Amino acid sequence: MENIISWPALFGGMLLGVSAFVLLLVNGKIAGISGIVAGSVLAEKSDRSWRILFLIGMVAGGYLGVHYFGGYFPETLSSSTPTLIISGFLVGVGTALGNGCTSGHGICGIGRLSPRSFVAVITFLVVAMLTVFITRHLL
Amino acid sequence: MLRFIIALVCGLVFGLGMGISGMVDPQVVLGFLDITGQWNPDLIFVLGGAILIFMPGYFFFIRPRETSLQGLKFAYSNKRVIDKPLVIGAAIFGIGWGLAGICPGPAVSSLSANTADIILFIVALFIGQYSVKKLMQ
Repeated sequence: MENIISWPALFGGMLLGVSAFVLLLVNGKIAGISGIVAGSVLAEKSDRSWRILFLIGMVAGGYLGVHYFGGYFPETLSSSTPTLIISGFLVGVGTALGNGCTSGHGICGIGRLSPRSFVAVITFLVVAMLTVFITRHLL
Repeated sequence: MLRFIIALVCGLVFGLGMGISGMVDPQVVLGFLDITGQWNPDLIFVLGGAILIFMPGYFFFIRPRETSLQGLKFAYSNKRVIDKPLVIGAAIFGIGWGLAGICPGPAVSSLSANTADIILFIVALFIGQYSVKKLMQ
């Protein structure tokens, strides 16, 4: 089993779970990053500051995780500038329309056994796999 | 005050998780999504690890409660209906995710590296979200 389980992935994932659990238990908020990004600007004023603090924490956490806890950032992102823009735009449209991304639906939604989140996760996983198949193996 | 500290610390732990788990490398994510290539299962362990903690936490400590520890309403919806926006939205997200291997969590967590590219991605993401919100009004 030791060769199959990726311990950093499992441990890192558990930290995501701890974060999502504590945020919901104490503050009543869902750790759905697409929603937190959108709401940091678009939510009512009183509902923005916690989101901005969460996002600042995330940037710092990513830095610390990479520089002090064995993670790594890629030297460069392999996608071209147009791909990054189109991809970002589609992720924005899709998460706003579908009410969540990998964290909101994938962790919090599945964790609550929400039928909507199961449908969302299966849909975006299958479509993303098809997209990768097309861009990597057909084009 | 406590709720702001909690938000900052939870963000920090979330970012740590992203940094440690390898999800900040789009190639790891694309390697998972590319089932016909050199398959990389890491994303399963990340999601699995997160759910392993979150799910029992939710069912034992959160669901029995009326409000959060800070006395705030729980923000999740108990909507169960599977509608078109949910499925179409998830599909559009899937295309975007598959194109670059980046979703919102890893994007924000990697803002300290590849900053210009990540800002571009996040601005485009925000414009997408904003367009939907405007059109739905």
